Amino acid sequence: MAQFLQFLFSGITVGAIYALVALGFSIIYNASTVINFAQGEFVMIGGLTTAVLSAAGMSIPAAAAIAVLAAVAIAIALEKLAVEQAGSASVITLIIITIGASIFLRGLAQLIFDRNYHTLRAFSGDAPIHIAGATIVPQTLWVLGTTILIVIALWWFFSRTLLGKAILATSHNRLAAQLVGINTRSVLLLSFGLSAALGAIGGILIAPISLTSYDVGVMLGLKGFSASILGGLGSGPGAIVGGLLLGIVEALGAGYVSSAYKDALAFVVILLVLLLMPQGLFGRRSTERV
Amino acid sequence: MPGAPRRRSAKRKHRRLPGLFALTAAIALLSWILPNDFYFNVAILAGLNSIVCIGLNLLIGYAGQISLGHAGFFSLGAYGAAILTTHFGWPPVPALVASAFAVGIFALLVARPILSLKGHYLAMATLGMGVIISIALVQEGKLTGGPDGLTVAPVNFFGVDVVSAQAWFWIVSVVLIAAVWLALNLVDSPVGRALRSLHGSEVAAEAMAVDTVHHKIIVFVISALFASVAGSLFAYYSGFLTPAEASFLRSIQFVTMVVLGGMASIYGSIIGASILTVLPQLLTVFHDYEQVVFGLILMLTMVFMPKGLAPSLARRLKEWAS
Repeated sequence: MAQFLQFLFSGITVGAIYALVALGFSIIYNASTVINFAQGEFVMIGGLTTAVLSAAGMSIPAAAAIAVLAAVAIAIALEKLAVEQAGSASVITLIIITIGASIFLRGLAQLIFDRNYHTLRAFSGDAPIHIAGATIVPQTLWVLGTTILIVIALWWFFSRTLLGKAILATSHNRLAAQLVGINTRSVLLLSFGLSAALGAIGGILIAPISLTSYDVGVMLGLKGFSASILGGLGSGPGAIVGGLLLGIVEALGAGYVSSAYKDALAFVVILLVLLLMPQGLFGRRSTERV
Repeated sequence: MPGAPRRRSAKRKHRRLPGLFALTAAIALLSWILPNDFYFNVAILAGLNSIVCIGLNLLIGYAGQISLGHAGFFSLGAYGAAILTTHFGWPPVPALVASAFAVGIFALLVARPILSLKGHYLAMATLGMGVIISIALVQEGKLTGGPDGLTVAPVNFFGVDVVSAQAWFWIVSVVLIAAVWLALNLVDSPVGRALRSLHGSEVAAEAMAVDTVHHKIIVFVISALFASVAGSLFAYYSGFLTPAEASFLRSIQFVTMVVLGGMASIYGSIIGASILTVLPQLLTVFHDYEQVVFGLILMLTMVFMPKGLAPSLARRLKEWAS
């Protein structure tokens, strides 16, 4: 039982980060139907910038704030300079643009920082906490607490503020949103900024637990995309459940089945879910208009 | 009017010839001007990538279905042929055919459940399939050599050792021309017309009694076969395989080549594959800046030529001519 709890805790911790990345995918998808393959790079920028600045002597909150701002600024530049310029290009063209952006950002990170692994000090020490025979590090509480706060803040933003409702309206029907006076272009800009902030925060939170380097974005982006598909693309609760589920399946698979096949196991689960529920767990049933 | 469509397809058959002649001429010219083995090596890799992309373009450009897992088929073809020749002493041609056959069966089995998914869900399923294949290749070290890679025994075709880069250049070129010819024929066949109707509107196609699932499965299997054959040739040519050939990034690379060259353009796939194979070689002069420049070129090309290189250039050429 203690062992099961141990696996469960580590699964939930990683899963929370997947959920944050998945939320980023869903927000941009809702605003534009584009899958932003550079999403993982925002996670990398967040974690790596904080780690390097903090190693240079800056306090963690200041370093984290700069890292998040940097990620948001890059995302806005990406939207303004590339996605917006492409105009009415097809979705797959836009996706390839984000792939180009992710290669570009990885290359840039390699230049500005280096190719080494970096560590970030845990926010409040490493003294383990014992819960029912399992142990967790304090950083886990930071990950879970921050994720819960973010989820609440997002829920409030999307259901209680005019701006959040404007984004939701755009995702439901772009043309109708324009007709009622919503500036859908700035909605897209806002979505990119918001997704980048979520990714960067995820990257900062996980950096003390797993090391960070210029290429961590590839795997985290892949997992975040998988989580958002698992939950149902575009669904907020779906992204959170998908992320947690993916993290837990991975951790249990690594613990009980085979650590070598843990990634494969996660993808097998995703494939099985998609076969039974082709729209993911919480996805909207799409009906094609002819 | 039973006569009308047939006449048009006869006309199209003639239209196919200039393209194939131009391709053959370009290949002959290359074999003449390429100065040394290094250049031949790049050309061979470009040719192999082109074969994969032509197949993939049938799926993406004509049938409108995305796959983020084609590196999986490529590597299955590569490892299949390598294992049969190296561990079991098979001659290369039967090993290539047997691998392609096995990959085709595998693609057929996974096609029906996978292709019932749409859009990004389909992308996810093919991605998952590719990742699972790549992990299996890493873990099944006894057969595949695992992460250390697999050294492929030198092959000889019908008793003749093929070692020189020039010889490989011609082998790959012949297969490439055959692939182009097959693809052009397929596009002009009833299957091709059904596929294009799919890309336009699946529901409309179904309403016109096109069996959409059936056609999607056919083209999925064909594109897997193209990838498998290119993979087998790659294994024989390079003599060394690593699981990186099956990686998610490799699959992304194939899709990028297709989109950069131009969707629904067979020759565009050759252009896209060649450029993205040659470009990293040219960019090595930038050393550390290589990735930055590569990403930037990719972004700018897609921003300014959203339809891809071949269709955009063809349009400009037409505008310039008139």
